[in-house]
Amino acid sequence: MKNWLRQHALCLAATLGRLTRTPLASLLNVGVIGVALALPLAFYVVLANVQGCARANAPTPQLSLFLKIDAPAAAAREIEARLKKHEGIAKYRFIARDQALADLKASTGLADVIASLNRNPLPDGFVVDAKENSAAVLEKLRDEFKAWPGVEHVQLDSAWARRLDATLHLGRLIVLGLAALLAFALVAVTFNTIRLQMLTQRAEIEVAKMIGATNPFVRRPFLYYGALTGLLGAAVGWGIVWGGLRLLNDRLAGLGQLYDAQLRLTHLSLPDTLSLCLFAATLGWLGAWLSASRNLAELEE
Amino acid sequence: MISFSQVTKRYPGAGGGYEALKSATLDIQPGEMVFITGHSGAGKSTLLKLMAAIERPTSGTVLVNHQNVSTLRASALPFVRRNFGLMFQDHKLLYDRSVYQNVVLPLNIIGYNAAEAGKRVRAALDKVGLLAKEKAMPVTLSGGEQQRLAIARAIVHRPSILLADEPTANLDAAYALELGELLRSFNQVGVTVVIATHDEQLQSRLQPRCIALAQGRVTQ
Repeated sequence: MKNWLRQHALCLAATLGRLTRTPLASLLNVGVIGVALALPLAFYVVLANVQGCARANAPTPQLSLFLKIDAPAAAAREIEARLKKHEGIAKYRFIARDQALADLKASTGLADVIASLNRNPLPDGFVVDAKENSAAVLEKLRDEFKAWPGVEHVQLDSAWARRLDATLHLGRLIVLGLAALLAFALVAVTFNTIRLQMLTQRAEIEVAKMIGATNPFVRRPFLYYGALTGLLGAAVGWGIVWGGLRLLNDRLAGLGQLYDAQLRLTHLSLPDTLSLCLFAATLGWLGAWLSASRNLAELEE
Repeated sequence: MISFSQVTKRYPGAGGGYEALKSATLDIQPGEMVFITGHSGAGKSTLLKLMAAIERPTSGTVLVNHQNVSTLRASALPFVRRNFGLMFQDHKLLYDRSVYQNVVLPLNIIGYNAAEAGKRVRAALDKVGLLAKEKAMPVTLSGGEQQRLAIARAIVHRPSILLADEPTANLDAAYALELGELLRSFNQVGVTVVIATHDEQLQSRLQPRCIALAQGRVTQ
């Protein structure tokens, strides 16, 4: 075990040495990977910001509960009690039928028509704000309310929530597609780099194999190299997006002032940054593994 | 220690390929010094490669320390190879590494720690008289020094068998004699030494057992 750890430590040191011995080639390699990663990353960051912004600023959708027209006052009280206890509800407001009629009279200019009615056609009602505003949650609440006794109709304006969700979903799909394409690019770049490296070190690999090196021993430094370039590439991509955001935020602040709003794009969260690093390092490792294994197989023929 | 029975090695190629070795049968005992003699193309190098498990026989059995190289899994072969110290005809030194780095390679492969490896590398370099040149690059060494560097790399992990392919091919007579003495000294401490050569002077000096090859067949 100790021996194994030592071999890995040695290997990591040798890999770092190799990276610094050929600074220009390493820099270009890392740069290519960084640029490739920056594109989907930037898209993702913008998307995450839009998503956060939309959630924060959009008017909250409300659920309107209408009771049966002949519902007794007790039914309204019972529903109120239920709403109070309900965990998914942020706040609610009771609108008595008389109040509703008075509002209608005052706001619509239909006073004459309404006056001519011999009884109030409006039911008691509640206006409910949910804690979570995703379409799925709201629809679930609607279905739940519908089942309560004394409730005649529940109205939910979920169209905008659906539209927003669909748009964000599309955005995420585009990010995923881009990420997949560029993941492939990352694997291809490392595959090629490692192939070239192994060609230049062919003599050494052949000797090592003849005097008893196992395939994992030969492969290991290349795997480290792949993972490390992936990781550094991720750092470069992160840096590119960071720089872009800084430039953009300066402009956005000016624009925001004109509109009297605070506009600011935030960078990747720490968990997202860590997953980015892991993702890039894994892909670099994968490209190197494919390349090294293929090369070793060719050697053995 | 090494035992060949009816070993044939055929390399693929036009016209049914080329048979480098034809039903060779031979035995080498522990501690022996053996010369493989014959003209170029007689199959000496092939024989050494088969011994060191670098190549596998087309048919027949090769036993190294009672392990059948022909049937071993590919992943087990590196461990068989570690029994051997190899001196290649073209040395196969790594010219982008220092003398020390060249010699330490087998120890890194086996996984020695740095301190122990350092001791062994210096012992090996001392043995071949290159201790003062551990930081030099191989290109700066003379032909004879490069040959001795190759020896140091072959013996640094204290193999039980030393295989040398034409070790005196590019050396003048004085160096060749010196090398012969060095090989004899390894043999005297119990290392099995197998040398492929057509150097008759070396042969008459060391008086080893000879296995003669002609056109891929063992003739004596």
